[in-house]
Amino acid sequence: MAKEKEAAVLSFEEAMDQLEQLVGKLENGDVPLEKAIDLFQEGMKLSHLCSQKLEQVERKIEILVEENGSLTKKPFSSGIEEG
Amino acid sequence: MPSWSEMKREAILSVKDLNKYIKAVIESEDLLQDVWVRGEISNFTHHSSGHMYFTLKDADSRIKSIMFAKQNQRLPFIPREGTRVIARGNVSVYERDGQYQFYVTEMQPDGIGGLYMAYEQLKKKLEDEGLFALNRKKQIPRFPKAIGIITSPTGAAVRDIIITLQRRFPTIPILLYPVLVQGTQAAPAIVKAIQEMNKRQEVDVLIVGRGGGSLEELWAFNEETVARSIFASQIPIISAVGHETDFTIADFVADLRAATPTAAAELAVPHHMELRQQLAQLKQRLQRGLFQELQAKRDRLERAKRSPYMLNPRKQLIQPAERLDRLTEQLRYRIENSVTRAEQKKSKLVQRLSGFNPKEQVLYTKRRAGNAERQLIQAMQTLLRKHQYRWDTQLKQLDALSPLKVMQRGYSLVYDEKKQNLIKSITQVQLGDVVNITLKDGRMDCHIWAMEENIDG
Repeated sequence: MAKEKEAAVLSFEEAMDQLEQLVGKLENGDVPLEKAIDLFQEGMKLSHLCSQKLEQVERKIEILVEENGSLTKKPFSSGIEEG
Repeated sequence: MPSWSEMKREAILSVKDLNKYIKAVIESEDLLQDVWVRGEISNFTHHSSGHMYFTLKDADSRIKSIMFAKQNQRLPFIPREGTRVIARGNVSVYERDGQYQFYVTEMQPDGIGGLYMAYEQLKKKLEDEGLFALNRKKQIPRFPKAIGIITSPTGAAVRDIIITLQRRFPTIPILLYPVLVQGTQAAPAIVKAIQEMNKRQEVDVLIVGRGGGSLEELWAFNEETVARSIFASQIPIISAVGHETDFTIADFVADLRAATPTAAAELAVPHHMELRQQLAQLKQRLQRGLFQELQAKRDRLERAKRSPYMLNPRKQLIQPAERLDRLTEQLRYRIENSVTRAEQKKSKLVQRLSGFNPKEQVLYTKRRAGNAERQLIQAMQTLLRKHQYRWDTQLKQLDALSPLKVMQRGYSLVYDEKKQNLIKSITQVQLGDVVNITLKDGRMDCHIWAMEENIDG
């Protein structure tokens, strides 16, 4: 999670939401040209960010295991084939 | 229907009336209208109409039973010859055959009857409390950051869930909280897991469930403690218990019910391919949006440039100029017109007014006065001439009568001595008197010497 925070503070959902809103605004028309260009650039950034987040394949499957009365996270694999 | 006393009196009934009466008596018995019966199914027939006909029997007795299609459609199991069941229904009479029958409304395999009734009771209680209310359901996030799974770490369910999650959204972090999913320890473990997950706040969707099983095996998910912990969870919960047909209390309380563990995973995360497509579409719309915006602005500019005012500004002035000329012309014409009319009117008025001009009257009067004056003068002159004439005539006459004239012809005038009285007779004098004789050229005093009176005189 720390690594992602570096790349962008936005979550995928937030970025997607913003992108959708922005596209809606742009499609609605009635936007001053300068604003439209700003929206476009911002949109392209968000789109790129979303793609990146989708590509960041970092499988993390963990299991909570009780050890000495407290729960700790450990990698979990139950012989599941990947993909 | 004839009353009992009537029947008694008449003593003889039709078969139909008898059956009708028996039916009425049975149906008026409350206990027979909602009754649970335990027995074994035999002579089972599932008719093409959908109704089920069978006999419920035990070691000592049997009763003809029927379950109509409408009710048996919701049966949680398939009844077979020899199945031990608990059936709920009412007793009535099939009049045609004079046969009393058990009309089944609900039925379940025997052995779990107590559980089933407990389930029904709890379901009703929680429903009344509002734990199933749709408006209490939490929204499952569109793009969860991490998924929590509460299930057995060894079953098929966990495998199905993880595989499906990974297939759909490979980057999604998964946190598994292993629990027992059956037996007396299951419910407390599930409750603890839900609470722990809420405490940790590492996941934003929880999948709680297990694979299919008998009612007893699924029982933990029908426990009130589990239902209440699901309801209390801040994290949205997708329930995934058993198979399509298994409905547990947990399913009713959960924010979303999945028919199977695989389905739960599908409901939990979007498919990354769909997301990619969505993203691509958004990108396309973004580009098209800007393009259209630019195009629209360009079109507007073009339209503005092509406007006749921009293309030929001078030409745009011609029309107004023409109009101005025309209007000026009209204005002038109208002014002239009205001036002419006013002048005409004025001269007419002047003409009329001049009829009343005092100057004319003065002139007229003057003329009349002149005439009168002339006439007056004329008349005066005529009068004067007439008087002059008369005066002349009179003067001549007077002249002719003047004594002087007479005296010229030789006559004289005799006055008394004092020259006061003219003496016309001798009687006026005596001898010796002095008389004054006036002649034409002087006077003389004379004494009278003699007198003679004219005889004839």
